[in-house]
Amino acid sequence: MNNIPANRFRGARMENISKVYRMGDQQVRALAGVSAVFEPGSFWAVMGPSGSGKSTMLNLLGCLDRPTDGRYILGGRDVSVLDDDELSDIRLKHLGFIFQSFNLIPQLTVEENIQLPLYYLGWSPDRSTDRARELAEMVGLGDRLGHRPTELSGGQQQRVAIARALANDPTVLLADEPTGNLDTATGEEIMGLLAELNQQGKTIIMVTHDRDVAAHARQCLILRDGAVERIEGGVH
Amino acid sequence: MRQSRFFRDIQLGVKNLMLHKLRSFLTTLGVVFGVGSVIAMLAVGEGAGRQALEEIRKLGSHNIIVSAMKPVEETGSRNVRIFRSIYGLLYEDARRVRESFPAVRQIVPVKVVRKEGRLGKRSLELRVVGTTSDWFQLVRRPLIAGRAFSRLDTEKRANVMVLTEYGARRLLATKATIGEFLRVGGDYFEVIGIVRSESGVGGSIQTPDRQIDAYIPLSVARERFGDVFTQRTSGSFTSERVELHQLIVEVKTLEDVEPTAAAIETMLARFHKKKDYRISVPLALLRQAEATKRTFNIVLGSIAGISLLVGGIGIMNIMLASVTERTREIGIRRAIGAKRRQIVAQFLIETVVLSMVGGGIGIGIGILIPWLITRFAGMPTVVTASSLALSVGISMCVGLVFGIYPALRAARLDPIEALRHE
Repeated sequence: MNNIPANRFRGARMENISKVYRMGDQQVRALAGVSAVFEPGSFWAVMGPSGSGKSTMLNLLGCLDRPTDGRYILGGRDVSVLDDDELSDIRLKHLGFIFQSFNLIPQLTVEENIQLPLYYLGWSPDRSTDRARELAEMVGLGDRLGHRPTELSGGQQQRVAIARALANDPTVLLADEPTGNLDTATGEEIMGLLAELNQQGKTIIMVTHDRDVAAHARQCLILRDGAVERIEGGVH
Repeated sequence: MRQSRFFRDIQLGVKNLMLHKLRSFLTTLGVVFGVGSVIAMLAVGEGAGRQALEEIRKLGSHNIIVSAMKPVEETGSRNVRIFRSIYGLLYEDARRVRESFPAVRQIVPVKVVRKEGRLGKRSLELRVVGTTSDWFQLVRRPLIAGRAFSRLDTEKRANVMVLTEYGARRLLATKATIGEFLRVGGDYFEVIGIVRSESGVGGSIQTPDRQIDAYIPLSVARERFGDVFTQRTSGSFTSERVELHQLIVEVKTLEDVEPTAAAIETMLARFHKKKDYRISVPLALLRQAEATKRTFNIVLGSIAGISLLVGGIGIMNIMLASVTERTREIGIRRAIGAKRRQIVAQFLIETVVLSMVGGGIGIGIGILIPWLITRFAGMPTVVTASSLALSVGISMCVGLVFGIYPALRAARLDPIEALRHE
């Protein structure tokens, strides 16, 4: 699978990715030659102890940062060479983010939060309203459209965040410790929702340090010292 | 589609600003007062300037006014009981000016006598102006009733008189105005016409006419009142011999005004031993007043500029704070896919909305203050459309100039850092 030409590959693929940070006059190698293939429709958990390069990998997967070396194929393109505007565009069209702390915009309503990617995509208000309603319905918050994030429970906020991440129908859904701020029961609900989305065909890459949470994924990539230590879980 | 999107962007900006109503309001205050003071000051300046210009214009921009001036008194013996001074313009001067300068269209000699006018029981201290019929062409005041005196009246030395509206009201209040005979000194004058009296509010510049004027033919004035005017003050007599008090010279074109004035000055200097005359050129005053007004506007402009600068800095300060406060929001928007320029636009729109709203309120205040000044202080004020347009433009520029830095700062934030920001 590593040999499929970039322009026909519909998942996310890292080829020998390195990331070096410069801290003063010291260089810190956060990732050293990581290669990984995230097939379309897969559900990955990226694990590892702190300092293993999880966050760096997530930032690179999310096109929030550029690798020092290597190629990253997403949406049929090598995105490792793109400039800031083009990366913004890739994020807008191909990625959906779910954060540990939900990261909803407090002054916007549930509906407006879900519509946010559609606003940047230039959708008409009518169309994006319909889409937002549909997504809110899907995550079970069809009756909370007019609420502000602060009026919702943590689990509900994370559902809104998931709806927002799905609004642009992304190639890859990136989740960063999605249950980290939730109690166990609510966390289970959220993981259930993600598993359901994966069953519907959504590609999900989740970064977590929690084994129980990672167990919901079908494959697990374990990082250590900026390199892939091992991969668990079979090909589905 | 694009337009509605822009409209939505503005809506979003307004919504964000409305989250902190008090803060947004306080932020705009700098611009409010800046713009308000610009408009108000310009309105006051414009009002005062126009008033001055109007008064000068009443003097006539084509005119040169030569006035008799009592020369500085020579220190004579204190024991002398009778002072007699001879000064002023001569009949001969009028003739010489008329004949020497081809650029002169007409020349109006003026002889002024202070006399009491009586009609029945009513009386009024008049300024009897002996002049020619040309006066009415030069000092154009609407004729309310009757007619002005003509060349024929001058030739016939007819005892006719033209009163001002004010004088007529005081003397002829209840009677039919025209045809009454007014007693001045020992003579009776028939009132043949009434002109509107238009006297300025007062100030350094005075129009040639007064409210208490009574116009009679020069020939009559000369014959009835003579050239010597005697006054008795505290036991001594002062006597003045003045032929003409004023010469109003009108030239043909504006370009003639200043050279002709200079030439008249030279000519008079040759025939007068003492400097007993003064030449004033309304055009020069006009130019001076215009220059003063320009300077005034520049000074006001600078003050206004400073206050707007302060207002702008206030806005920038708050926007910088707002960017810091909303760092996380910026990170979220960037992660979702907002481009840098979209972040710039978002913050810039907020700043421009702030400054424009401030400008709008400022315009309201800027219109209100001159209105209050005119109403309660009686000063003329003129709010010009251009000052309003200027204010709108300036407040928008303030928003753009002082908004661009905070907006760029917001856009340059690293999304990863921004997302981590607490």
